[in-house]
Amino acid sequence: MTMHKAINSKNTLLKSMYSSGIGYLKRNAGILIGLIALCVIISINSPIFLTQKNLMNVLRQISNNLYLASGMTIILIAGGIDLSVGSNIAVIGVMAGTLLNMGVPIPLVILACLVTGVVIGTINGAIIANTTLPPFIVTFAMLSILRGFAYVYTGGTTVRIDNKAYIAIGTGYLGFIPLPVVYLIVVLLIVYLILNKSRLGRHIYAVGGNEKAAAFSGINIRRIRMFIYIFSGVMAALAGIVLSARSYSGNPVAGDGAEMDAIAAVVLGGTSMLGGYGYIGGTIIGALIIGILSNGLNLMGIDSFWQIILKGIVILVAVYVDYVKNRKKNKT
Amino acid sequence: MSQPLLLEMKNIHKKFPGVYALKGINFTLYPGEVHALLGENGAGKSTLIKILGGIYAKDQGEIFIEEKPVQITDVTQARAAGISIIHQELVLVPYLSVAENIFLGREPRQKNGLVDFSLICSETQRILNEFGLALRPEAKIAELTIAQQQMVEIVKAISTNAKIIVMDEPTSSIADKEVDSLFENIRRLTQKGIGIIYISHRMSELQQIADRVTVMRDGEYIGTCAVKDTDNEKLIAMMVGRTMTNYYTRTYNECTETVLRVDKLCSNKVHDVSFELKRGEILGFAGLIGAGRSETMKALFGIDKITSGTVELMGSKIEVKSTQQMIEAGISLVPEDRKNEGIFPTQSVQFNLTLKVLKEFIKGVLVDSPTEMNITETYMQELSIKAPNAATAIGSLSGGNQQKVVISSWLATHPKVLILDEPTRGIDVGAKSEIYIIMNELAKQGVSIIMVSSELPEILNMSDRIAVMCDGTITTILSHSEATQEKIMQYAVKM
Repeated sequence: MTMHKAINSKNTLLKSMYSSGIGYLKRNAGILIGLIALCVIISINSPIFLTQKNLMNVLRQISNNLYLASGMTIILIAGGIDLSVGSNIAVIGVMAGTLLNMGVPIPLVILACLVTGVVIGTINGAIIANTTLPPFIVTFAMLSILRGFAYVYTGGTTVRIDNKAYIAIGTGYLGFIPLPVVYLIVVLLIVYLILNKSRLGRHIYAVGGNEKAAAFSGINIRRIRMFIYIFSGVMAALAGIVLSARSYSGNPVAGDGAEMDAIAAVVLGGTSMLGGYGYIGGTIIGALIIGILSNGLNLMGIDSFWQIILKGIVILVAVYVDYVKNRKKNKT
Repeated sequence: MSQPLLLEMKNIHKKFPGVYALKGINFTLYPGEVHALLGENGAGKSTLIKILGGIYAKDQGEIFIEEKPVQITDVTQARAAGISIIHQELVLVPYLSVAENIFLGREPRQKNGLVDFSLICSETQRILNEFGLALRPEAKIAELTIAQQQMVEIVKAISTNAKIIVMDEPTSSIADKEVDSLFENIRRLTQKGIGIIYISHRMSELQQIADRVTVMRDGEYIGTCAVKDTDNEKLIAMMVGRTMTNYYTRTYNECTETVLRVDKLCSNKVHDVSFELKRGEILGFAGLIGAGRSETMKALFGIDKITSGTVELMGSKIEVKSTQQMIEAGISLVPEDRKNEGIFPTQSVQFNLTLKVLKEFIKGVLVDSPTEMNITETYMQELSIKAPNAATAIGSLSGGNQQKVVISSWLATHPKVLILDEPTRGIDVGAKSEIYIIMNELAKQGVSIIMVSSELPEILNMSDRIAVMCDGTITTILSHSEATQEKIMQYAVKM
């Protein structure tokens, strides 16, 4: 009897894994086909694309975008937006560089950076949770303020970093996997668990799906808001640390426009800008498309200015296709 | 009166999917007359007005203006025919001036194509003077009181040469002393031969302002009489005198033990609300829209702030701080506005049903899916929720099934007190009777139920006792045996 039960529960587990896998493919069919087509086109045109070295390089490049996009996925699902993450990166980089040059030990530097991320997120969250100011405006203002701080503090110059151990944080490997990709796997796992396996995750979907109904359900909306912006702040701090380590410098210009790439990845991945709907799995594909597109165009020797235009067109087309698909689904 | 009719609506019919909203309504209006339209919530008054205003198309019937047949198929035609509707919710543009609002969409132009503001202002001033209104044409709407805004609406109606003005509950949002000046202006309008259709729940006003009154009930035309030949009792009898359909299955319980005691509860919207709720009792809350019933429940549930008064649950006093705290204390509220306050439309039945009891199957990041499924299936079976499966988006279900999911989600918390705000609004008869059976079953099991409802038959048949609210407070609490539709209506209207 107990054995029967055990087998049964194993079966249901397999079944649920199978059905969630099918669900993933169905949900993301459109952009998955786009991603594969993109890879095929590039690999035909460039023999280098499919080499292990290049693929790892692509992964390292997109990891920074995905840290931000992870936080952004949660925020958009909860019905908010965080435009301050790009400037946040600059502040963190400049701060890390300065502290290292002052001789502060690395663990303390990292701790200080993460705490700063928490503080910035707390300020965003506190304003948004306690006033009726729209998140777009609050975080847009924060974008400007943080960027300004980075410039004021450095006088517009770059802070050089030559601490080898710190640089390894962004340039090292675990086996053949770049360290930033290792962090990324951890981050994605955490976000997956939050969104899909925790009470908090359900509350995030609830707040984004129908704020009033969430209030009637006894969900503490203010606490959810605080959490999502703090989480996003920490993700930006992580991106700031890794970027400064990889580029040997704290640059006040770093992360300029990074928030837009993050939002693009999230939206390409099917998350609704209106809140209440979205998956981290989609965001990963979205970031892959953006990253591989730019890598492929580089390999094919296409001018980087043209790449920016192409990226815009790809986003427009992908989101439009998604929109048409959803509209059809809603009609039937 | 043998003068020619200003307006005649003859045998008007209107069907909505599932609802026969108007069944042969007749209505007439003479020049210079105030004709009141009376009826309970849902009697069909608004539908009739919307047909006159060109917002809905009638299925059948004729409309005559000044004894000539007219076709009103949209708002523009209604306006051209001289009909102007002043809605309960005013629709002026807040950051434009009085004059700009009055001439919105038909601004006179100068030769160079620009709007002739001096003409707009002088013209507005002229009309304001005519009405003796001390308003500046340049004043922004946002700076005015509701009563003043109402006057601007009226002035706007007149400036478009309206012959028929419909006022939907014009006194519901203004202070008593402003009512007098509104009436004065209405009399000024009638002296000019303008006909007024006046919708109000307030009986006392009818005696003051109306010449005739027409009563509607459940979409049917009941009758018309001169106000001076009637009195409140007669009108109330006309409003409620329906035959009852009996699909209620209530067994009444002996209720003794007090579960909830509310004493002199005040919030920004209600005042001095006091009542007791017994174990296993269904306490009905009757009253007209805006009487403060939902607002009382929202205050009790920690949504609206309580400014004073005490709440006692199972003999111990609780300070209402948050909704979460009230849920933990054993109170549940199924909100009135299912679409906006009750459901997460894009999420699954399962998500909606289990959201309040996540603690029972999620520990940290470990989801006990069998338990989750079990909770879902139990309630889907018990309340016979018809959905393809638990993963179906709740938004795609019928209203009745959505409501059953919302009720289930609260039952899963095992509440001691279940508050149902308009539990059967917008759902079909079959689902209605199912919900009544569920309520009866719950009461038998000892759950105490508060049911806010605007449907008198529902209130009368389901409640052990009935609290009647009017203007933000309880005016009486009637026992099941003494309550009648007439009595409830007497306490629900302001006399």
